[in-house]
Amino acid sequence: MALTAKTLDETEYFYGHKACAGCGGSLAVRIALKVLGENAIAVLPAGCMSAVGFNFPQLCFGNNAIISTFAGTASMLTGVQAGLKAQGITDFHAVGFAGDGGTADIGLQALSGAIDRNDDILYICYDNEAYMNTGIQKSSLTPFGAKTTTTPAGKNIHGNLRQKKNMFEIAAAHDIPYAATASVGYLNDFIRKVEKAKSIKGTKYIHILAPCPTGWGVKTDETVGIAKEVVDCGLWYLAEYENGSFTLNHEPKEFSDVSEYLRKQSRFRHLTDEDIEIIKQSRDKKWEFIHKNFKKEK
Amino acid sequence: MARQFLSGNEAFAYGVRLARPQVISAYPITPQTIVVEKLSEFVEDGSLKSEFIHVESEHSALSCAMGASSVGARAFTATSSQGLLYMAECLPYAAGGRLPIVMMNANRSTALPWNIYGDQRDSLSQLDSGWIQAYAENAQEALDLALMSFYIAEHKQVSTPFMANLDGFVLTHTYEVVDVPTAEQADEFLPPFETENKMSLTKPKNLGFSAGPDTNTFFKYKEHTGLLNVKKAVTEAESRFESIFGRHYSGLTENYRTDDADYILITLGSISGLVREIVDKLREQGEKAGLLRIRYMRPFPNEEIAKAVKNAKAVGVLEKDISFGNEGTVYTNVNSALQKAGISIPTSDYIGGLGGRNISPGEIENIFEELKQEKSAVKFLGIEVR
Repeated sequence: MALTAKTLDETEYFYGHKACAGCGGSLAVRIALKVLGENAIAVLPAGCMSAVGFNFPQLCFGNNAIISTFAGTASMLTGVQAGLKAQGITDFHAVGFAGDGGTADIGLQALSGAIDRNDDILYICYDNEAYMNTGIQKSSLTPFGAKTTTTPAGKNIHGNLRQKKNMFEIAAAHDIPYAATASVGYLNDFIRKVEKAKSIKGTKYIHILAPCPTGWGVKTDETVGIAKEVVDCGLWYLAEYENGSFTLNHEPKEFSDVSEYLRKQSRFRHLTDEDIEIIKQSRDKKWEFIHKNFKKEK
Repeated sequence: MARQFLSGNEAFAYGVRLARPQVISAYPITPQTIVVEKLSEFVEDGSLKSEFIHVESEHSALSCAMGASSVGARAFTATSSQGLLYMAECLPYAAGGRLPIVMMNANRSTALPWNIYGDQRDSLSQLDSGWIQAYAENAQEALDLALMSFYIAEHKQVSTPFMANLDGFVLTHTYEVVDVPTAEQADEFLPPFETENKMSLTKPKNLGFSAGPDTNTFFKYKEHTGLLNVKKAVTEAESRFESIFGRHYSGLTENYRTDDADYILITLGSISGLVREIVDKLREQGEKAGLLRIRYMRPFPNEEIAKAVKNAKAVGVLEKDISFGNEGTVYTNVNSALQKAGISIPTSDYIGGLGGRNISPGEIENIFEELKQEKSAVKFLGIEVR
């Protein structure tokens, strides 16, 4: 029987931390550790999850965990797995949890190196689409149009001018053994992917969209709903890369309203109809690519 | 024990092999490359069992070594110059984490202007990072230091990373006859790495945490204490080393004809060999010259220096370093040691060898000549300031 939110390990490995109410990132970490179990060794760089979980003497991980340098999630994971392997220890899961800035910006070099070496690690990027820990600054995973504290929405510039970097396909381009996208709005899909990654040797990369109510400007009880909606309106997708090919896991029958998704978040509230049209067009272009290049799940 | 003709880099690599590191993270930079090349050959030919990781930067080299050390594996890496600066974030990180990693640094100038030759501005700029810093004089000492560094770093009361410095090219690339101990002897000297400060599956731990204003000072004080304990660990390591290998080392400093010396030149690294020759020459001429070689910059040998120079008339410092806008860093440290000991004699700083510039015997003789004037000054060798 497939593991689901209902059949998950009841042991908590990440609790007593001081994450904000409604934090999508902490949900992703909590769930992933339940799938990986007590032999997970977690590496977290400077960022939200390390800031909320490692305040001596209140240390919040039930399993082994360590903070790495901001750029060093993947390289420290490499060392952890090599160090254990050298001691003949094999029954562990070296797992990294880094945010979007820690992954797609400052940590990209180390991640690329680890994938290139095919080190036996699972790297999970919890993507809340900006540097939330430092107060909502733009990262390369901030979507087009989003207002952050470094991409203000004014008369001249309407928030972020750049499209979101495509980390999933960047990881896949290394010919990684396993890569996947996920969303905290589709937890069973995420659970399945972590479970699958757990059984694969070599480097695994899971990119999970994890809303931040503080940074996105939604209510704290809307995290899961908005994370579902971003998939339903087609601005995010659930997919996997394995054995050299892409698979789409979930095809919305018809997209829900993009403007509805955008307008309920204060980070997008300034967008004009023209801005939203640009977002829709880039979504459609992406789905054209997906339909052409991704297999559909049987 | 077998005698071999080895360069400083090779000698160090032989020493590392004897220490059996379980993880080696390697990234090339001139003039360090031969160390990691040699180690990769040892792994290939099966004479060293180690996870050899081709990391993609120096930052990752040290980050990877930290990961390995944090699960209780013995870890080694090597770097130089720009590489050391690129990984600089990881230096206090490893020290604060009390991870006893050993790293060889091939001393080299730092850009700009670009320069691949030896001076000591790279390592001395990282003096406050919390690492033990040692400076070898020759290839034999490089090999011996490689083996001893693990013993000292991993010592229970130390648990601090160790940076072993070799002067770029002058030492790293110069061939000398070196005694290479046997693996059996080395195993007798160096026990396997054991620590409680690790993540293990039987005793899970949260490491690398945050400590706020209330507790931070305690951690920093403990770190400082760990470094101060190095002195004891060095004594222990060297006496153990001597009983097994028969070679003697003298702790944080080495005194050469300082007992009755009027004028003492303090220096570090490979230039000491030349200074020793000049001291002998001057002694033959009836001059009371002496050499004090600093072997460890951290912990700093305050007491050793004060004791050695207390009866001298003047002291000079010869260093391949300048802390811009002030003076050479070694000089600052030496003056502090003398001041604390209540020794009030003229001290002069001679900044030389920058970017690999040759320091000639004549220049060293001239330094001793100038010390006789018993005036304090900061001078750059080769630059006449009018």
